Amino acid sequence: MRRYLARKFLIYVVTFWVAATIDWLLPRMVPGNPVQLLLSKISLQPGTYNATYKLYMETFGFNRPWWKQYLNFWDALVHGNLGISIYQFPKPVTHVIADYVLFTMALLIPAILLAYYAGNHVGAMAARRKVLDNTVLPIGYILTATAYPWLALLLAFLLAAGGIGHFFPVSGGYSYGLIPTWSWTFIWSLITHWVLPFLTLFLVAFGGWAIGMRNLIIYELESDYSHYLEALGAPSRLVRKYAYRNARLPQLTGLALQLGVLIGGAVVTEVTFGYPGLGYLILQAVGNEDYFLLQGIFLFIIVGVLVANFIIDIVYVLVDPRTRVGISGE
Amino acid sequence: MTVTNLLPQSAGPTRRRRFEFLYFALRNKKLLVGLSFVVLMALFALIGPFFVQHSMLAYGPKFQPPSAAYYFGTNYFGADVFAEFVYGLRESLFVGLLGGCGATVIGMTLGFIAGYKGGLIDEALNVICNVLLTIPGLVLLILIGGFLQHTSALIEAALIAGTTWTWAMRAIRAQTFSLVSRDFVGLARLSGEKSRSIILREIAPNMSSYLFLVFILLFGGAILVAASFDFLGLGPPNGMSLGIMMEQASDWSALPLHLWWWFVPPGAAITCTVGGLYLANVGLDEVFNPKLRAL
Repeated sequence: MRRYLARKFLIYVVTFWVAATIDWLLPRMVPGNPVQLLLSKISLQPGTYNATYKLYMETFGFNRPWWKQYLNFWDALVHGNLGISIYQFPKPVTHVIADYVLFTMALLIPAILLAYYAGNHVGAMAARRKVLDNTVLPIGYILTATAYPWLALLLAFLLAAGGIGHFFPVSGGYSYGLIPTWSWTFIWSLITHWVLPFLTLFLVAFGGWAIGMRNLIIYELESDYSHYLEALGAPSRLVRKYAYRNARLPQLTGLALQLGVLIGGAVVTEVTFGYPGLGYLILQAVGNEDYFLLQGIFLFIIVGVLVANFIIDIVYVLVDPRTRVGISGE
Repeated sequence: MTVTNLLPQSAGPTRRRRFEFLYFALRNKKLLVGLSFVVLMALFALIGPFFVQHSMLAYGPKFQPPSAAYYFGTNYFGADVFAEFVYGLRESLFVGLLGGCGATVIGMTLGFIAGYKGGLIDEALNVICNVLLTIPGLVLLILIGGFLQHTSALIEAALIAGTTWTWAMRAIRAQTFSLVSRDFVGLARLSGEKSRSIILREIAPNMSSYLFLVFILLFGGAILVAASFDFLGLGPPNGMSLGIMMEQASDWSALPLHLWWWFVPPGAAITCTVGGLYLANVGLDEVFNPKLRAL
């Protein structure tokens, strides 16, 4: 078990290093450089371009040798310094991220966990049960094949913009007239703004888990141990229970693999609903060419994914006894 | 969406197996329904342009609901939504197909090499794969897209292929692993065949059905990723695609103006195509793998 977790941890360290290096490399690979890009956006007095260019190059350190730039980057990173945001000048990137990250977590964590729980249970129930399967399967396929932006737009149109009614607000994280305080009106406003983005993320993920679990259960029910149990005269509830236990292992691995897709979905959903989370912020950073903020959010998301992966690894060890005694390495 | 293990247990005469394949394929409802959705959308993209009455760039009356003159109505600018839809569908299918093909080729090549060579090469490829699996694909695409000045459909497809091949490589690697230890591969090795030809002539044909299933899933996934990528405004600046249609609808008050015909068709087309592909995938899985056929 220790070897299993140590190996995983090593991969996470490598992942972080690669992600950070990509982060550092990308702005240096664009034709020209970020400073040129920045200066081309603002109109300068004639004759001042060269001086400003030189000043910026020195401030951002682009004129130093590349290995020095790289070391400086890591030095700043270790000290938690991600630079200054241009979009919300002169706030440090870390402070800007801190303003938005809670919204994303409030959206993502419940959506991921509830969809995983509900999807697995509904999928397991549907397997090899004609009536339920005939409804769950098509719905699951439709949901999992739906593009996040479309479901978000549909829900916003039907439930918020008046397609069916005006039950929820169309956009934002809370009503613009309110000042964030711990009052009931504010909390209620938070909740009503949260429902539709949550529903979007929940529904798409739910479909995927339900189908996955259904197929896995059918596969398990066809395997030798299930047939053997049936031949012994075990009640079908017991057989299904064992099938479920085996089927949830690949689903748990799937959860780790799906995290990236879910985060991508959250970005799109937040943008559609103007929900002030990291996904919304990352697009603002792209739109405003705020490269420090863009890089900072990317690293922040990577750290989040790594933490989530590590938690899933620990859960896996708890659920699968084989990893504990070291029968299977991976 | 899971692809189950379906390595051939014993090789029968090819002609009988082909006949058997058709026999089960034509009786598999999932495959037929899924395939018909996909074919319908492909036909729409192929012959749709013949039915376009208004050029995409000709601006007529605004906010028109669907009618005989404008099949899918007109949008905020007065452009014909049907024309945008037809050309957008073409672009989206094209990017999806190209991205899916690219991802399949990368996943196959690396999966075969890792599974066949094993050892240090396998270990190195595995680390690369795990790293890419952990980094959220769309976020990486946004980061790259944010720094790129000009995207085109080709660049978009290449970016999607470059970030989505990972799970395919893992799956193909595992399948290759289990084939490499079979006798016929050992025999081929003994007879002095080169690694490349062993992979291409002994291993790949034995999992061709599996590879096809992988391609279908990657194709569907690429369409979805492309839609999100375009929706975020990172797509080709002067192009038209289903994602770009939804982006414009979202940006230009289709919701408060109740212009539902602007964003419903593009999203529905994506769901139809991708859902059809996924369904066909399961159907094919059942056709290839007798264990999964319904009781």
